[in-house]
Amino acid sequence: MAKKINRSVRRKSAAKGTKIMIGMGTCGLGAGAKGVLESINEGLKKQKLSVDIVPIGCIGLCTQEVLVDVIIPGRTRVTYKNVGQDLVPQILEEHVRDGNVVKKHALSQMHYGDNSCTPYKDLPFFDELEVNKSQLKYVTGNCGIIDPDSIDEYIAQGGYLALKKVISTMTPEQVVNEVSKSGLRGRGGGGFSAGWKWGSTAKYDSAEKYIICNADEGDPGAFMDRSLLEGDPHAVLEGMIIAGYAIKASAGYLYVRAEYPLAVKRLRHTIAEAEKRNFLGENILQSGYNFHLAVKEGAGAFVCGESTALQFSIEGKRGMPRTRPPQSVEAGLWDKPTCLNNVETFANVPLILNRGASWFSSIGTENSKGTKIFSLTGKIKQAGLVEVPMGTTIRDIVFSMGGGIQKRKRFKAVQIGGPSGGCIPESLLDSPVDFESLKQAGAMMGSGSFVVVDETTCMVDMARFFLDFCAKESCGKCPPCRIGTTLMLEILNRITNGEGEEKDLDLLEQMCDEVRTMSLCGLGQSAPNPVKSTIRYFRDEYISHIRDKVCPTATCVALHRYEIVPDKCTKCLLCVKNCPVEAITGSRQEEVFLHKDKCIKCNLCYEKCNFMAIK
Amino acid sequence: MNTTNDQNEEIDFSKAEAILDEYEGVHGALIPVLQKIQGAYGYLQEPVINLVAERMNMSASEIVGVATFYAQFHLKPRGVHIIKVCCGTACHVKGAPNIVGKFSEVLDVPVGSTTEDKLFTLEEVACIGACSLAPVAMIDEDVHGKLGPDNVPSIVEEVK
Repeated sequence: MAKKINRSVRRKSAAKGTKIMIGMGTCGLGAGAKGVLESINEGLKKQKLSVDIVPIGCIGLCTQEVLVDVIIPGRTRVTYKNVGQDLVPQILEEHVRDGNVVKKHALSQMHYGDNSCTPYKDLPFFDELEVNKSQLKYVTGNCGIIDPDSIDEYIAQGGYLALKKVISTMTPEQVVNEVSKSGLRGRGGGGFSAGWKWGSTAKYDSAEKYIICNADEGDPGAFMDRSLLEGDPHAVLEGMIIAGYAIKASAGYLYVRAEYPLAVKRLRHTIAEAEKRNFLGENILQSGYNFHLAVKEGAGAFVCGESTALQFSIEGKRGMPRTRPPQSVEAGLWDKPTCLNNVETFANVPLILNRGASWFSSIGTENSKGTKIFSLTGKIKQAGLVEVPMGTTIRDIVFSMGGGIQKRKRFKAVQIGGPSGGCIPESLLDSPVDFESLKQAGAMMGSGSFVVVDETTCMVDMARFFLDFCAKESCGKCPPCRIGTTLMLEILNRITNGEGEEKDLDLLEQMCDEVRTMSLCGLGQSAPNPVKSTIRYFRDEYISHIRDKVCPTATCVALHRYEIVPDKCTKCLLCVKNCPVEAITGSRQEEVFLHKDKCIKCNLCYEKCNFMAIK
Repeated sequence: MNTTNDQNEEIDFSKAEAILDEYEGVHGALIPVLQKIQGAYGYLQEPVINLVAERMNMSASEIVGVATFYAQFHLKPRGVHIIKVCCGTACHVKGAPNIVGKFSEVLDVPVGSTTEDKLFTLEEVACIGACSLAPVAMIDEDVHGKLGPDNVPSIVEEVK
C-alpha cells in the first residue's frame, strides 16, 4: 500500500507563469486572508508583476493560516505559513521577483506539474512534515491543492473519471456491489453500511427517488464537511451523481448548514459548472441518465442532522424526527425512496470506483475500512484537519499530528463525536479509532470532531456544556429527550454550583439509561453519552464537586473560594474598587482583606486582579 | 390587510410579492421563502407572514411554527450588525463564556438582544466550524478568530 500519496499535480498544461495561491477557506478568512490578499494585489501592482492569484481551500493546517503558496515556473510549489500583511512585500520581492525562498517563513515545498520541477535546498517536502507523515490524504487529497472553483483543475486530478467509468461500463447493480464490497460505512455518525443503504433504496421501484447529501454539520467542534465542501466540492458532487445512478434516482439535494455561507456559494457554482460539462442534468454523458441537484440551506437546527428531520426540513416543515419504520430507503423525502449519506461518505465514492473495492478495503481495520477525517482542535499545538487510516491510535493523532498539548500542560482527555460522543481518558490513549473501539470506550465516531482538553478543563463542566447544548437543541417531540435532558442539566447545574448531593451521581446514571433507551431518535439516544463517559472515567472529579465543594480545575466559578494571597498582593486596590458588595477592604497601608460572609462570588475581583493575588 | 408593522412603519410588500412569485408552485419552498423574506426585511413581521400564508395557502400558525422552530428566523427586528459568538466545544474550552460576557458588557445588552441604537444584536451560536481559531465570533459575514476579552472592545469599535 502506498504510504504516501504523490501530491504531484497531473496537469495537462504546466503552470505558465508564476502563481500565488492563498488559503481562503473559513479558517483562512478568519485568520485574515482577505487583508493578505489585498496586500498581495497592492504589492504586485506596485512592482508591476503579473501573477495569477488563485484562492484555494483548506489544506488542513489551520493553525498555520494564512497559508500562501508561491509557484515559479520550473520550481516546486512553496508554502508560507502564518503570513500576515507585513510579510507580503518580502515574499513578493525575494521570492516572486528574485526567485529566492524566504526560508524563515516557509513551511514546506511540494511538486507541481510533473516531478521535473527543481526543488529548493533545505526545505522539507509537505509529505515529510511531522504532521503529515502518518496521514493518508486520499479524500482530502485535493483540498488546499487545487482551485475549488475550477472544474478543469478537478478534472486534471482525475476528477469525473469514476463517473465516466461507471456510466459507460457498469450497471447500477454492479456499482452497488462494488460499494458494498468496499465495506464503506457512513461517515456521518452511525456508521451504517453505505452499500446496504444504496442496495435497499435501489430495490424499491419508484419513478421518483432521491439522493440527499447531509451537510448539516451541526456537531460543535467539527468542520471536516465544511472543509471538503470548500476545498473539493466536485468530489462530493461526483459521489452523489454516482450514487444517483446506482439507485436510479432522478434528483438530489445537498442540505447545507446556514452557518456555512462560503460552502453554499461554492456548491452553487460547482453545480452550474458540472451541468455545463454535462456531468449533471439531462442525458449525462450521452447515457440517457438524468439527474438534477439542488442546494437547500438549513435554518439553524441541530436536530436536522437526523435523517428524517432533515427530510421534513427540505419539505419546508419543522424538522422533527419521526418513528421508523418506514425507513427512509422505503419512504423518505416526500414519501419516496431516499438514500441519505454524509458529505465525507460521498467524497469516498469516486476513490472506491477509481481504485476498486479491494484497494479501499485494504486500508483500515477489519470492520472499519478506509480513512477517516478528524477535525483536531482544543488545547493542542497544531489544530487542523487530519485524515488517517481507520485504526490509527488516539495517541498518534494527538501527539504526532497535533504536536501535543499547548503550554506544557498535561493531556487529560479527548472528546470524540461531539454531543453524541464521549470523553476518552489518558489510559485509553493507545486505543485505535474505528467505529467499534470508540463505541466500546464510550465515545462515538460521530462526524469526527476531536477536541483535546488538558488538565485545566473541568470534566463536569464539559458534560454540562454538552447537555446544555442537547437540551437547547432538543426538538421537543418526545418527552424522554425534552424533559430528560433538561432534568439532567438541572442536576449538573446544581453540582457545578456547589449544591450537589451524594445521590445525584446514581440518579444521573439512571437517567442516562432512561433517556438513551426511551428517546425517539438517535440524538436523544446519544445525548447522555458525554455525561456517562465523564462519570465513567472522571468520577473523582464529580465527587470532589459534590462532597468537597471543590472544582479541581477552578473552572466552576461558584465553587471558587476567594482569598487574597498576601505575598502576591501589591495593594493596588483594584479589587476593592470593583467589588460590588464591598466585601473587600484595605488600603495602601493595611492588608487587603476579603470578607467571606459578604462575598457573592461574582468573580469580578479574580478577573480584575493583574497579579494573580486572588485565588 | 394590516400594512404597518409593530413600529407603525409602512411596509412595502412588493419585495415579498416578488419572492413569492419566484417560488410559485415550488414544492416545499416555505423555508427558502422565509429566508429570502428575512433577508429583504431583516426579520419576519406579522403582516408579511400573513401575506405568505395567503399566497402559499397555509395557515399563519403553521408558518410561525416553522419560523420559531429554526434558530435562524427572527420575529423581532434586529441590529444592523449581528455578532454571533461561537459557543461550540473548542471555543467553550478556550474561554468562549468570557468572550460572550465581554461583548455583553461592551455593548451593554444581554445575549440574544439588540442595542438601543439598533446597531448591534448579540447572539450565541452553536458552532461556526472555525474551531482551529477558537474562540471565534462572526460579525455579519466575517469570522474573527483567536479572540480574547481584551480585543473585544476594539473589534466593536472597528465595526462601528
